[in-house]
Amino acid sequence: MKRYLVKRLLLIIPVLLGVSMIVFFLVRLAPGDPAKVLAGEHASPEFIQAVREKWGLDKPLYVQYFIWLRSVLRGDLGVSIATHTPVLQELLTRFPATLELSIVAMFIAILVGVTAGIISAVRQYSIFDYLSMTGALFGISMPVFWLGLMLMLIFGLRFDLLPISGRLSPEVTLRTVTGLHLLDALLTWNGRAFLDALAHLVLPGVALGTIPAALIARMTRSSMLEVIRQDFIRTERAKGLPEKTVIYKHALRNALIPIITVIGMEFGLLLGGAILTETVFAWPGLGRYTVDAVYARDYPAIQGAVLFIALTFVLVNLFTDLLYASINPRIRYR
Amino acid sequence: MPKKAQILETFLALKKNKAALVGLLIIVVMVVVACFPQSLAPNDPIKRNLAQRLKPGFWAGREFAQYPLGTDYLGRCILSRIIWGTRTSLLVGFIAVVISTVLGLILGVFSGYFGGWMDTILMRVVDVMFAFPSILLAITIMAALGPGLEKAMIAIGIVYTPQMARVVRSAVLVIREMDYIEAERALGASHSRIIWHHVLPNAIAPVIVYATLSTAGAILDAAALGFLGLGALPPTPEWGAMLSGSRQALTAGAWWAATFPGIAIMCAVLGLNLLGDGMRDLLDPRLRM
Repeated sequence: MKRYLVKRLLLIIPVLLGVSMIVFFLVRLAPGDPAKVLAGEHASPEFIQAVREKWGLDKPLYVQYFIWLRSVLRGDLGVSIATHTPVLQELLTRFPATLELSIVAMFIAILVGVTAGIISAVRQYSIFDYLSMTGALFGISMPVFWLGLMLMLIFGLRFDLLPISGRLSPEVTLRTVTGLHLLDALLTWNGRAFLDALAHLVLPGVALGTIPAALIARMTRSSMLEVIRQDFIRTERAKGLPEKTVIYKHALRNALIPIITVIGMEFGLLLGGAILTETVFAWPGLGRYTVDAVYARDYPAIQGAVLFIALTFVLVNLFTDLLYASINPRIRYR
Repeated sequence: MPKKAQILETFLALKKNKAALVGLLIIVVMVVVACFPQSLAPNDPIKRNLAQRLKPGFWAGREFAQYPLGTDYLGRCILSRIIWGTRTSLLVGFIAVVISTVLGLILGVFSGYFGGWMDTILMRVVDVMFAFPSILLAITIMAALGPGLEKAMIAIGIVYTPQMARVVRSAVLVIREMDYIEAERALGASHSRIIWHHVLPNAIAPVIVYATLSTAGAILDAAALGFLGLGALPPTPEWGAMLSGSRQALTAGAWWAATFPGIAIMCAVLGLNLLGDGMRDLLDPRLRM
């Protein structure tokens, strides 16, 4: 396991270098003088000159890349054109919002997806199986932002049950500890803020969790079906083990490996989906920040946000791979 | 087996799969709509009529029949925009997938067939591109290129290339080791002859399946770019872009402006997913989920 871990950690270095190159060349692809692109359209000539000197924009391209890479590694992602604050600082204040939303969405997705998948497999060709698999098919065919709009229409506007934008109501106050509102509310023993934050999370969480839920349900079903048909399950049933033990203890455990892989892969989808969901629900997270930065042509912010999200994604993938390897020893020896 | 018989046999097998047939039907209808929007759309999709802003459709009574699915915030006919948008969305999805298929075939065949350092480099590049969630990569490319439909096609085409390259590569890796390839080589056939006459024809099944399924993804991503205002530029009718102003419409009570374009997207994607799943079961049973 240790060797696999080291190998896997070493493998992400070239990937991260590649990611940094893509993000670096993004600004060079944008039309116009890169100094002006990075300083903003309305910057003063002095500021443009300062930017040019700071990033070495009069030097050869590879020198520019290393200057940029060095400051990125020191945590300097430049200053946002739109807000004049350091990009890293802005990303860090927005990251908890995206993290909280993603965790809630993933929780919903796993709960609904795995449950529906197991029941569908155990009762194959039943009404439940038919309905949940049809639902899953619609789930993977829906644009996430449209689902968000529909949830907003039905539960937010038509029946006025749940809030449709932001993370907290303006009249609710909450002291920031971690930036995760639910956790902060628990830590500061603030029941009102907890309920308010939870209510704000429901619609975006469901919107973001639906597509992963559909994929997880399909994977769980097919993986369970494959396991249930195997000889050892038949043996256990023949031995007279209770059906619950057979399904939950033996079948599910063996079916879990492909399910975990899918869940890990869905996290990427989730980060992508968060960009759209956050735009629909005015959720102040990384996704919305990225989109706003693109609108404002705020290139330092775009670079920083893209780098940050890609890094998160790479780390999540690494984590899933390690989890996968610890469950399935065969992987380690490939 | 002659080609004609092969196509016929594929179609007959597809006919047995009800779900795939429904998918095929949806896609055929959409293609017909995309081909003849001018004769199907009741109104001009671009003409504004500010006196008729956010008017409901047929469900509100007979006097609203002029705009069957209501009007948007600029008083344009939603049904006509959806019908014309079919052309835009299918075209974006199709061209993006053609781009990714051509690039993916070139990269995948080279790296699978020749192997070596070229394979290593190409697969590392693919790994890097996989480090981005697909819509983020598309947004990043659009941020550099600027908004527009053609650029969206290119961006999505690039985003879908790595996966296609991997699909092709893994098919080629298997084919490369087959006895008939070795026989060809022993007969002195050139690389290009082997690739064109033996590798490509045998690698085509997974490519078709993956291309169909990724057209569904490409349509979703194109709609997402349109929704974010980075895809089709106004006033071009495009499904995703139609939804981008609809949050305001929703709060104004005009649910139809946000509902129908999304249903159109869902139908197209559903059709392609059904068809793709069916073809996968048919052409490449190993990929079955």
